[in-house]
Amino acid sequence: MNDIVSGLTQAVRLIATLDANLVEISLRSLQVTLSATVIASALGLPLGAWLAVSRFRLRRVVIATLNALMGLPPVVVGLIVYVMLSRSGPLGVLGLLFTPTAMIIAQVIIITPIIASIAHQAIRELWADYHDLLISLHTTRAQRVATLLWDSRRALLTASLAGFGRAIGEVGAIMIVGGNIDHATRVLTTAIALETAKGDFAMALALGFVLIGLALAINLALHVLSGTERGSRW
Amino acid sequence: MVTNLLPLRITDLELRRAGRRILGPISLTLEGRGITVVLGPNGSGKTSLLRAMHGLERLSAGRIDWACGEAVARARQAFVFQTPILMRRSVLDCIAYPLVLDGVGRRAARAAARAMADSVGLTGVALDAPASVLSGGERQKMALARALIRQPQILFLDEPCANLDNASTREIETVLLRESARGVRIVMSTHNVGQARRLADEIVFLFAGRLHEAAPAREFFAGPATPEARAHIAGDLPT
Ligand SMILES: Nc1ncnc2c1ncn2[C@@H]1O[C@H](COP(=O)(O)OP(=O)(O)O)[C@@H](O)[C@H]1O
Ligand SMILES: [Mg+2]
Repeated sequence: MNDIVSGLTQAVRLIATLDANLVEISLRSLQVTLSATVIASALGLPLGAWLAVSRFRLRRVVIATLNALMGLPPVVVGLIVYVMLSRSGPLGVLGLLFTPTAMIIAQVIIITPIIASIAHQAIRELWADYHDLLISLHTTRAQRVATLLWDSRRALLTASLAGFGRAIGEVGAIMIVGGNIDHATRVLTTAIALETAKGDFAMALALGFVLIGLALAINLALHVLSGTERGSRW
Repeated sequence: MVTNLLPLRITDLELRRAGRRILGPISLTLEGRGITVVLGPNGSGKTSLLRAMHGLERLSAGRIDWACGEAVARARQAFVFQTPILMRRSVLDCIAYPLVLDGVGRRAARAAARAMADSVGLTGVALDAPASVLSGGERQKMALARALIRQPQILFLDEPCANLDNASTREIETVLLRESARGVRIVMSTHNVGQARRLADEIVFLFAGRLHEAAPAREFFAGPATPEARAHIAGDLPT
């Protein structure tokens, strides 16, 4: 009990004084996950839109695969990325293992299916509404995709935020491919795991508060966005 | 305006859906001028025929041939759906959308949309508000403005005044007559005999998916060719 109380007070102090180590780790977490979210969105949003407006023979297979990939355990993603990037692996020459880039790659693999799947859902609904109009107006496939992406932008932002939320709290994959190296690949979740194991509850709790704060901020943003989606008449 | 898309020749057209023939066989030629009203009771196949002409339906049999190439014909026609399709945009951006597709700059497109909103009588509404705030009549006018903004040579309208009050109906009819006078070829459906009398140069009467008569309006109303057409004009309820 004493440990927890003193840990809490120290955690508050670490945050209040903007402890250098804490700030560094938090910023790295944000940098890795924001990069992963941007890349995964750039891949997943158009993929979702394309799946919504295209008809091809393997469409159902691709959608089923996407849904299956959503359930992929992050630890396994980490393992696969590790094998690919390890010195003897096919991409070993790039020397990416235990770098933030490797962590971004793992997170992109984890959240792209989530973003694509949510986007697909939203855009399919909009496509059902717009279908006759866009066909009647003689639009090209690219124009359709662009129109649908633009007009469902709120839902798409929601998809990206959901991906961000999933990635920022993920620990298994980035622990494996990043290695949790101090001043190099240590991020919020891996640092919490380490500090807890070391028994440094103050640092672990401080990191935990920052992580919770970020997650809450994301959830709040999601709530506001989906609220306005329903509330407004767009 | 050169209407070299016409005549439109429909030959032995048939639409089958869910194992049932819902339209046809229909053979029909649309000539170059005026307002053609596709008349018939609900379920007679009016919507299906218009959509087929516009290229929105897969034909089960027969052909539809424009006087010019298919691609050219498609680009020069517009369609107003019975239930206006609202985009998640402002009224003005909805109307401007076809121009934006054509690569017109946003500013110019919105200026043209403003003028077009005015010209169809879409006045007194906030053009920057979401399209979804519009009333039924205003939505039809928005859809009409959007359809006209590319200056189509052929305008299809599917029951444009169903569910509208008299004032809105009259305003839309006025716009249609004006556009027709300017040379826009209009093909529209209605189940409303009064509207057909007011607007039609030519009547295409459908009943149960069959073409009963295609004739100049005056001729059709003076002496309808089939008992079903006679009953429909008289306002009798078929048994
Ligand atoms: N996709 C479809 N599948 C099955 N039946 C259809 C389909 N589209 C239209 N129908 C049927 O075809 C008939 C004609 O419909 P429609 O063209 O909408 O008539 P109208 O516009 O004159 O009311 C109706 O009985 C309708 O139920
Ligand atoms: Mg109809």
